[in-house]
Parts: sequence; structure tokens; C-alpha cells
Amino acid sequence: MMNPGMELDLGWVQKTTINLPAVERRAATLRTRRTVKKSWQAAWLLRAVTCIDLTTLSGDDTSSNVSRLCYKAKHPIREDLLKAMGMEDAGIEVGAVCVYSSRVPEAIKYLKQAGGSSIPVASVATGFPAGQTPLETRVEEIRRAIKMGAREIDIVISRTKALQGDWQGVYDEIKVCKEACGADVHMKTILGTGDLGTLTNVYKASLVAMMAGSDFIKTSTGKEGVNATLPVGLVMVRAIRDYYHKTGVKVGFKPAGGIRSAKDSCTWLALMKEELGDEWMKNDLFRIGASSLLTDIERQLYHFVYGRYAAAHQLPLA
Amino acid sequence: MAASVSVPERKSEVKRIFENMEYGPAPEASNVAKAWLQQHDNALGHFIGGKWVKPENRKTYDTCSPATGEVLASTTQGEEEDVNNAVSCAKEAFKSWSQLPPHSRARYLYAIARNVQKHHRLIAVMEALDNGKSIRETRDCDIPLVARHFYHHAGWAQLSDTEMRGWKPIGVVGAIVPWNFPLMLLTWKVCPALAMGNTVVLKPATFTRLSALLFAEICHEAGLPPGVFNVVTGNGAFGSKLAMHPDVDKVAFTGSTPVGQTLRRLTAGTGKKLSLELGGKSPVIVMENADLDSTVEGIVDAIYFNQGQVCSAGSKLIVQENIYDDLIARLKERMSHFRLGHSLDKGIDVGAVVSKQQLATITEFVEEAKVEGAEVFHAPVPVPQTGLFYPPTLITKVQTVSRVVREEIFGPVLVALPFRTAKEAQSIGNNTNYGLAASVWSDHLPTALELAISIKAGSVWVNCHNLFDAAAGFGGYRESGFGRDGGKEGLFEYVRPAWEERPRPECKEIDVKSFGSTFGGSIIPAPGQGQPTANDVQQNGIRLPKVDHTYKVYYGGAQKRPDGCYSRPIYAINKQIAAYVGDSNRKDVRNAVEAAHKAAPGWGKRAAHNRAQIVYYMAENLEMRRSEVANRLTQLTGESLESSMREVDLSIQRLFYWGAYADKFGGSVQETQLYGCTVCIREPVGVIGIACPDQNPLLAFVSLFAPAVIRANCVVIIPSERHPIPALDFYQVFDTSDLPGGVVNILSGGRDHVTKYLVEHQNVEAMWYFGSAEGSKFVEHSSAENVKRTWVNYGIQRDWSDPDQGQGEEFLYHATQCKNIWMPMGVTYAN
Repeated sequence: MMNPGMELDLGWVQKTTINLPAVERRAATLRTRRTVKKSWQAAWLLRAVTCIDLTTLSGDDTSSNVSRLCYKAKHPIREDLLKAMGMEDAGIEVGAVCVYSSRVPEAIKYLKQAGGSSIPVASVATGFPAGQTPLETRVEEIRRAIKMGAREIDIVISRTKALQGDWQGVYDEIKVCKEACGADVHMKTILGTGDLGTLTNVYKASLVAMMAGSDFIKTSTGKEGVNATLPVGLVMVRAIRDYYHKTGVKVGFKPAGGIRSAKDSCTWLALMKEELGDEWMKNDLFRIGASSLLTDIERQLYHFVYGRYAAAHQLPLA
Repeated sequence: MAASVSVPERKSEVKRIFENMEYGPAPEASNVAKAWLQQHDNALGHFIGGKWVKPENRKTYDTCSPATGEVLASTTQGEEEDVNNAVSCAKEAFKSWSQLPPHSRARYLYAIARNVQKHHRLIAVMEALDNGKSIRETRDCDIPLVARHFYHHAGWAQLSDTEMRGWKPIGVVGAIVPWNFPLMLLTWKVCPALAMGNTVVLKPATFTRLSALLFAEICHEAGLPPGVFNVVTGNGAFGSKLAMHPDVDKVAFTGSTPVGQTLRRLTAGTGKKLSLELGGKSPVIVMENADLDSTVEGIVDAIYFNQGQVCSAGSKLIVQENIYDDLIARLKERMSHFRLGHSLDKGIDVGAVVSKQQLATITEFVEEAKVEGAEVFHAPVPVPQTGLFYPPTLITKVQTVSRVVREEIFGPVLVALPFRTAKEAQSIGNNTNYGLAASVWSDHLPTALELAISIKAGSVWVNCHNLFDAAAGFGGYRESGFGRDGGKEGLFEYVRPAWEERPRPECKEIDVKSFGSTFGGSIIPAPGQGQPTANDVQQNGIRLPKVDHTYKVYYGGAQKRPDGCYSRPIYAINKQIAAYVGDSNRKDVRNAVEAAHKAAPGWGKRAAHNRAQIVYYMAENLEMRRSEVANRLTQLTGESLESSMREVDLSIQRLFYWGAYADKFGGSVQETQLYGCTVCIREPVGVIGIACPDQNPLLAFVSLFAPAVIRANCVVIIPSERHPIPALDFYQVFDTSDLPGGVVNILSGGRDHVTKYLVEHQNVEAMWYFGSAEGSKFVEHSSAENVKRTWVNYGIQRDWSDPDQGQGEEFLYHATQCKNIWMPMGVTYAN
């Protein structure tokens, strides 16, 4: 279901404060309160795989690495491992492939070649990562990416406006972007949480982004100094919960940047399960923006299946 | 290939879990812990004098895992002989241990800390197995705190020569600890005791003996000399035997308030030191400007941590009315995510409660609330069918009159009440017999700080709950006990002034019911018992009778006729009647205590500078009457005029001394592991009853009221029974020194009679008694009723003119109680 958004409710946005030390305490024990082992760990890791937005966002992206990424997106885990776990027919593939808009056409092409047309291509847009370009060109980026076949758009908010407390301005811009995305394209809104200064701002930005119609809220571009940390994630998912209670609309969550280990991915899944519930553990409401994470997950699954730790060269490069 | 599950089985399992995304079991292995028990044939004795001692013909107690009922080991039910054996070992070891250079003791404590870390996992598993609490908590909370405590106190041992100058070890400490944090709470007693040079005999709780015994072996391996730390096991009566052993010089107890009261009565009048860390019903106060989701997590930490079996559990949630529904809804949703299970499952939140009795008590409390019409919400989560589990519970629609609101349940049961204003939150928060802890939830600094200061409790957490650290003392106000565990403030429980010997009072049996109860028991308040002093003056050659001077009692800033309207004769040294003074009774005590309480809030809020000025002003006014007062002293006591002059001068000095301390003992910043500020505030004890000795009737009076008053207490003071006049004359000094009425109240009369009503007054927070051995015993015994702090002399005099004995840290210790306020800080999480 798409998020229709709502009028900006500034009273709600302004009234909440977030207490960082208390949030950090919860985040710290989340890691230690929940753990999954053996078959549970394997199943959870496979679920994490299906939630990955397999990403490359670099200046040196070319068709070679985009193609490799797309093939890996379709075949994220070695076939022998899937078979050993009885999961060869479960359709294990990543949630999306995420690239810059110029790389969208080739991503679509290679996914098709790899037999993975079902995997959506997500494009970052709107002056990613800084968002410091005129609104018209930002919106135009969205339109072009969609025209080239992107089914998901990851936009960035104006941190300038957020830091200035111009929540109306933030809301208006996101709304314009949402209109550009239209009814069929999922819009993920990147808050750039590392730039927002306070967790209270993270909460406010989360609410404003949802009110303006974002289908997902996403932590970071991967380019800020601090990216997806659990305290930030906690604040965002709590905002999602508040928004759900108020509107009945389920908005998705995407932590991105810095999630590299298999254990991390289970912790993020546990965060979703604990704070939002099982529904938010599927890729229509949960994505992890990552590139190297997949390798570590595959390594863990190898160990689960064979009882031995894999060498890096034994696992296909993404 | 993974060993345990067959391939087809595993195949279907992964698929199923992939669909339902459930949590699975995450067991912690118990094989090492069990191997250690087997090493001891699953039958443990005492650990005394550096070795295992298993006396013959002892009953045994099988200790079980509360999660499964599995018997882990049999342990010994000790008898008196075992106490004697352990205490004599400890006494012998004390001779050398107390004489060790501080650096040597520091090395031993450091070694224990290191060894605890070496065996961290084993201890954590043993504790989880035996207690039923989750391995996550023992691993991440209990055991790290144990190591931290030893490191911190290794430091105090190292620094004891300078930091604790003027103090010395007590001797043998008998420590009795409960089952909720078996090893951690043991550590809280053992660390300061050993650091200060004492030796210890410890009795762990019946349900949870294993970690203490394991720890004793670890200490032994760390090189701790034999006899310095001994563990004996036995039942409650066995614990009493330990406490009553004549060579136990101090009893350190953590546990329930009723047992603490029993120990107070048992040890009354024996000259043993005592510290009690007892129960609580700690409020969690949530203001409208709190971060509600974080508050919900804080509530989880407050009441569901360790199944709520925490003395400082935040069991009384009080929420501002305008966010009450919102917060309760969030809390209920959070509760639907709890996982209950075996203590060795790494993925559970709530384990088993410790025993069947405990489970029954919890159930009874909740059922009673239901009958009263309260709304009971159990966490809607699976509860294991075997083992001693109780689901996390929230009770709403209850009020302050309910037992579940007033009494400690010691289980995962929270009650919630709404309030309107911060002032009301303070009233409801303080409407309890207890005063162990509290938390305040508000992102508004002035609100949070004012509440933190106004809640009467030893630990106040701002926007957090149940944080502990070796550098911050933990302990209670009111019926939550006295004494502190941890911090520098905690060391004073394990030392005595260097000049003082262990009192071993020769105390006659007393009947606590009748002691001091007879009005006029010591002297009849009637005329005809001696020759009055010459009573005339010469004016212009004419002889006139002196204008009559009437000594009344003094409270609320005014001279009052004693309620009974009786006056007792006071004799000068020449046996003539120097004057009649008011003979106070029960109702004078009532009125004076009331006056003191009326004055207390205002006196407490005065700037310390102002309190100092008033005490200096007293010195000024006393000096103006220097020779008059000295003459009077000589006339009454028969001391030389020179000696009386010195007493007056010393009294003036002492007023200066305490005036100086009015603004120099407010507290300190504690160096805990918190990112933020942990502030120790030395708060006044409250209203203190003081009974003065007969020697140095002026100096002792000044030496006792002044430290109390400058630290913002209000006092009801009984002057020397024999020589009350110097103190009664002092009210003219008070009246001319701007001392607010009610801060010092003077009740002349029979010391033990007035003492009786002071110590039995539930609204008197402490009693200082300088009289007979029997009176001391009576005071300690009667103080148990509301767990008053006491300071008594066991009939032994001190030299008030000696600065070591007549002033100093000991007085400050008794005049204050430590409150530690935890204030986490931080807004910076990124760039």
C-alpha cells in the first residue's frame, strides 16, 4: 500500500523530544537481548538477503560492476547452500538493486539477462547525496529515472531546511517529489540523519517525511559521517509506529550505510520485530541498503551448511 | 555438516522459520558450571580459613534451578559450631590483614577483580542457573559490576591511609546477603570491608549459595590469605547466630525490611556496627515532557529487570494525567514483546522467580488487587508451563490506599497512578515508608532536578532506572535502611574512629516496653528536695528577692510551659537547688517534633551561607556572655572558673568550626561509568532527636546541635539531665542570632523518659543518644520500628574537648545522608 500522506501537523512534529542517552541504552541492549542461532539464524539471514537493496553508488560505476551486481542480486546465495537448506525454490533474491540514475538502464538490462526482472531497480535522485541543487532539477531527476525504468526512487531531504527548522519547507519539497514519483513508484526518503544534529530532529524529519507521503524512510545516503546506527533506527521506527497508530498507514524503513555483518542484519531484523512487529520484517516494509553485507551473510550460511568457515574466494564476488 | 539436526529436518525447519520469523532457542552451555559442581561431588560445605569445610552430621539443603526444578547441588545447613569456627578464623586473620600496608591489600583486591574476569562466564552461568535470572543479565550486569567493585575498592585500599585518615578497621564483619543479586550484593559488602582492613564471614541466602562458594574458591586462588573471607551456609536462624556472635564487630545486611528490623533488635546495645539495605517501593515519575518511548524502556529496566526482584525496582509508576493513557498504551504494547524462559536462554527478557514462596506471594498480591477491582494486565506472551514463572504485569485503577501500591511485592508487578502537577508527583512519590530509589522522566531540566531533589530516596535516576556503579553509594532513606554500599560514603560503614575501641557495654537487661516510661522516674518534679540557692540582690543597700527566673521548655522558637506543668529541681555543685526546669513529657515531644518539621523545609532551603552566618552569630552572642556563662558552669559543675572559661571558649570555637562546614560538605561528583553526571548530595537526615551527656553540659550541647543544624537538620534536643541550665540559657542566644523558630527545640527533663518518646516517634528520622548503656540499647532496639538511624555511646564517655572526639567527620556522617542523582547527558550522536 502506498502512503497517501497527510496535512503537515506541526503541533505533533514540534511536541516530541527524544532523549538520546535513554535511546542509546535501549539500542545497546537490543543487541544483547535477542539472538538467533542455528536454523533460526540461517532463516533470518535468508530473510535479510531478501531485504537487501544491493547498492553501488560510486563515481567509478561502469557496466562491468553493475552487471556483476545484478547477477549477484538474482543469485545472492550459492545454489548448493540454498539446496542444503531446502530453500532453492523459495525465490531468494535481493529486495532491489540501487544505483545512480545514469546506471538505471543497464541495471534493468542486466537484471533481465540474469533472469531477475522481478527485482526492482531503485534509483537515487534529487541531488544525491547532498540535495544541494535546485528543486526543479531534483524533481527532473526523479522523472527521468522513472522514465528510464526505475521502480523505486530514493530521494534526500534538504538538511538545510531541516536544520533551519523550516519543516514546512521540508514537507513541501518532499510532497513535490512524491507527486513526481506518481502512484506506481515507491518513494524512499533519505533523512541524512548524520547531518541532523539531534535525535529530536531525526524524529521530526521522520514524521514530516511520512506526512508528505514517503513510502519508506531511510536513514542515510551512506555518504554522511555517521550512517545507520541503531539509536537512529530506533527513533525512526518509533516514528513509523506513531504514524501508523495515528493514520493506519504502514510506512517502511530502510537503514543504509555501515551495515556490514550478518549479525548486524539480524539485529536490525530484531529491531523491526520488537518495535513494529513481524509485518515489518518483509521487504515491502523493510530494506537494508548495503553492498558488502551479502558476502558476510553468505559466509555465515556456508558455515551453517558445511560446519566450516568459507574462504573469501569461494564465494562469488558481487 | 552441522551435527545435531538431520538434513531433511533442517530443510523444513529453515523454510518454516523463514516464513514465520520466530525466535528460536539460544542456549548457553552449562557444562562447565556443572563440571565445577561435580568436582565437589555436587555436595558443598562451608569455605572457612581458605579451605572447604564439611562438618559431619549436618543437614543439607538442595539448591535447585528455578527455571526447571533441577537439583544442582546439596549444600550444608550450618550450625553454631560452624559460625564459631568461621568467626574465630576471621578474627585470627584480622590480626595480620588489618596490619597489612594499604598497597598490599590493594594488590589482593586487584587480583580478585582479575580473577573474577578470568572466570566471568563460569560465574555468570552459575548465577543464572542457581537464581533463575537470565544469563544476559548475569553476564552483562551482575558480574561486570562485581569486577568493577573490586577494582574500585582496590583503589580505596591503596588510598586508605590518606583518604580515610583518622579511621581504622572495625574487626570481623558478618555479612548477610539476599538471593536477588547473590554475588553482586555480596561484593558490595566484601569490597569495602576488605579494603578498609576488616575480615568477613558471609552468609549467602538459602536459595542462592553457589556463586558465593565458587567465588570463595576464586578468592583463595587469587591468593587472598586464609580466613580473610569466609563463606558459611545455613538458614535464617543460623544468620542470627552469626550476627549475634560476640566477636562479630559489624553486621552488614541486605534484604527485607522485617529481617533488617530483627537484626537491629538482636544487635541492640551490643556495640556492633550495623548497616541495613532494605526494601523499597520506588516511584517512577513521568512528566508530560518526557520522551515517552524511552520512558517505556526505562519502565522495563525499572520493574521487569531481574523479574522485578530488585530492591530498587521502580514498582510504582506515577504519570502526569495528560499523558497517562498514551503512556499506558505504549507500555502495554511493549509488554507484548516480552520473552519468558529458561535463565540460560540468551534471548529472553524475563526468567523464573526465585522460589515457590516468592511466586505465591506475587500471585497473592495481584489476586488481592483484582478483588479490589483493579485492572490487571498480564503481558500477553507465552509463559513456560514448567518452572517458576510469573508474567510481567501492570495494575491500573488502583489508588494509594491499596496494598499493591504501598507494599513491596518483589516481583514483575507494576502499579500505575496518575497525577496532576509536579508538586502532586512529589507528594505521591514520597507517600511511602520506603526511600530507596526513584526515577524521574522529563526532558525539562528544572522539573527533573527539582523532583530529584525533593524525592526522599538514596538513589534518584533522571531519565534512566537501575543504574549501579561502585563509585556511587546505594542505600536508603526511611525504612529502606541506612548506610551506603559503594562510593566513598560506603567506606564509613566499615571503619570506626581511630581513637575509639569496640564498645563492649556491660548492659543490664531492660524491658523495652517499660524503659523510661515513668514520668518523674529519675527525680520527682516537686519542691522540698533540697535547699534553694540564695535568692536575693542588693539594690541601693536594700536587699530584694531576685526577679524570679523560670526555665521553660523551648520549641517553635518560643519558651513554652511544659505540657505537664511540672518542674524538676536542678542542683548546683553545692547541693543547693539552682533552679527548677520544665519536666517534659510525651506531649512536649509531640509538639517539639511538630515544630521541628514545620521549620525543616524552610531551613533546608536556606542558602548554606545563611546557615553559617546564623551559627557565627551564635558564637558572637555567646562570647558577649562569656564570663556569665562560665560562672554559671562553675557554679553548677564545680569545675574551676578557668576550666569553665575554656569550655565556653571551646564552644565558641566549635560554633565557628561548624559554621565553617555549613557550606563545605554539600556533596561531590561521583566518578561512575555513566556518561553524564552522578552527583552525590549530602542531604539532611531530617528531624534528629538528641540526648546530651552530663559532662561538659555546654560544650557537648553545642557539639551536638551545631553539626546537625548546619547540615540543615532540625533537632529536638534533651540537654544534660543533671546540668540542663547552660543549654536552657542558650535559647536566649538562639533568639538573638536570627535562628528560625523550630530549628533547635530544647526539652529539659528525664533523659530516658524524653528519649523514649523521641525514639518511638515515627516522624523522628534519627536519634543521637549520649547516656547509659541501657538507654543506648533501648534506643537501638526501639529504632527498629521505623528503621531510624541511631548514634549511641553505649554508656561510654568521650572527651568533648578533644577535637578528634568532639568534632570531625564522624559528626558529619551522622548529620547527613547521601543521595546519588544520576543524570545521563548527551545530544551528540553524529557530526
